[in-house]
Amino acid sequence: MIADITIGQFMPGKSFIHKLDPRMKIIVMTALIIFVFLAKNMFSMGLMLGFVLVAMLLTRISPVMYFKGLKAIWFLIVFTSVLNMLYLRGDTVLFQWSFFTVTKEGLWQSAFIAMRLVLIIIISSMLTYTTSPTDLTAAIERLLKPLNVVKVPVHELAMMMTIALRFIPTLLEETEKIMNAQKARGADLESGGMMKRAKALIPILIPLFISSFRRAFELATAMDCRCYTGGEGRTRLNVLRYRFRDIFAFVLVAAACGGIIYLNTLAPALVH
Amino acid sequence: MEHTNITSDNLEVQISAQDVYFAYESTDGGEPKEVLHGVSIDIRKGEFVALLGHNGSGKSTMAKHMNAILLPSGGKVLVGGMDTADEELLTEIRRTVGMVFQNPDNQLVATIVEEDVAFGPENLGVPSEEIRVLVDDALKTVGMYEYRRHAPHKLSGGQKQRVAIAGIIAMRPKCIVFDEPTAMLDPRGRQEVMDTIDKLTGELGITVVLITHYMDEAARADRVIIINDGKILTEGTPKEVFSQIDMLRAVHLDVPQPTELAQSLRDMGFSGIPADILTPEECAKAIFAARQQQ
Ligand SMILES: Nc1ncnc2c1ncn2[C@@H]1O[C@H](COP(=O)(O)OP(=O)(O)OP(=O)(O)O)[C@@H](O)[C@H]1O
Ligand SMILES: [Mg+2]
Repeated sequence: MIADITIGQFMPGKSFIHKLDPRMKIIVMTALIIFVFLAKNMFSMGLMLGFVLVAMLLTRISPVMYFKGLKAIWFLIVFTSVLNMLYLRGDTVLFQWSFFTVTKEGLWQSAFIAMRLVLIIIISSMLTYTTSPTDLTAAIERLLKPLNVVKVPVHELAMMMTIALRFIPTLLEETEKIMNAQKARGADLESGGMMKRAKALIPILIPLFISSFRRAFELATAMDCRCYTGGEGRTRLNVLRYRFRDIFAFVLVAAACGGIIYLNTLAPALVH
Repeated sequence: MEHTNITSDNLEVQISAQDVYFAYESTDGGEPKEVLHGVSIDIRKGEFVALLGHNGSGKSTMAKHMNAILLPSGGKVLVGGMDTADEELLTEIRRTVGMVFQNPDNQLVATIVEEDVAFGPENLGVPSEEIRVLVDDALKTVGMYEYRRHAPHKLSGGQKQRVAIAGIIAMRPKCIVFDEPTAMLDPRGRQEVMDTIDKLTGELGITVVLITHYMDEAARADRVIIINDGKILTEGTPKEVFSQIDMLRAVHLDVPQPTELAQSLRDMGFSGIPADILTPEECAKAIFAARQQQ
């Protein structure tokens, strides 16, 4: 069933990281991603790697899942690494063929850059794996609230995100129904070239569009009936609250970041 | 306060539509299409009213007048004495009269059941701790408390519709208007929803207006109103209304099956069978009695 696709890949759990306030998670994970770029030598990168691996284990989500997250961009990582390896020059030539030269320094650097990419993917997967889309939306709405001052419709954007998340499975289910209905009428969706298959999609997209508009009107009426008048004066069932563990996580990440800056000074930078 | 208690509960009017006219703007620039031609309805507090009529007779249009989704072009609608045309009172009117629609999917906004039920109270600015109480109560009332952390799209139609009802109950309305709430459900879902409605009218004393095409559902009401081409045709207790089989046929409405069977038997000469039979049990008893007489 296509409707089984889970959005954001949330994996419910009760780990320390699952229980962190989603706002704090966004803050510390953003900080970690920034510091992945600031770690410039083996020592600081080692600390970052260690820190992220420990956090990964703390989520109690199987490393296989993180590996799956990496699989999607595996090609990108390999591709950029190979390019870097050939492009970055050093003194110690390891291998030369026609105009391709691989140096020891180039090898190290490309490995370093690949490591950065891998870490970023792991950190962002950690955020989406341990935070429900609802919490994520609520946190983003809360964190971006100051932008209201410059007239960014933060609440409306968050509401749109919530409704999108709510309706994606419904619309996927509907797409499947329409596809089956068209197949039952003899529509051939699988064979033929690009053009033919693209054309075959039209009788699926049109009913889907029409029904989406109908849904939108009905939903708007239902929201009116439930006294929705926008973000002003709204309260929330689940109020986000920082707890001790959030402060703890913050201090831990701050210490790691401090450590990275210190370790950067102990050895020459590998990359810039 | 003393004074309000003097008027009897049963007589106090919850919703009063007075000579309501309404026309939809036509989409192609032609003449507006008048759909309601002077409808007057009084819904009393605690009453369970069924609104019947064939397709396109204006039931949904009338329903949407009951909480100011639509405003009459002639006449007026009062909700607990508040005029729906008064914009200042909009929120108050909508929290007094809630509405449940046909398609449960298009009424649920959130990705988690309890957050959806909280949507109304959140909009009203109820403090968080109180929302929690309202949500838990509402979910327990409709029997969906165990599903509070579930995603709505994984529920059955009947369950989704009950969540939608909970979302309305959580606003503590005095009246709920149901517009064909069971039309998209399987028999089991229908039963679940009808049981919930029974609970609302019974235990909770909520005023209910039910629009339906199922005569067995309408037969449960205290009063049945038939609307035909934008006018009230007749009203009365289910027994009074459903015994007028020829009139129902004339406006293309079904007759409850037991009533129809009883009528056929009378036509065949079983004169002992009364005309105002509604439930299968009544029908069975009447047939049994008639057989014993012969
Ligand atoms: N948004 C609209 N714009 C224009 N005309 C409309 C609109 N909604 C309904 N109508 C028309 O108004 C008339 C009454 O519609 P309404 O939906 O009130 O009927 P109904 O009794 O609820 O029917 P049903 O049993 O099919 O739900 C119909 O002829 C319909 O075509
Ligand atoms: Mg209708």
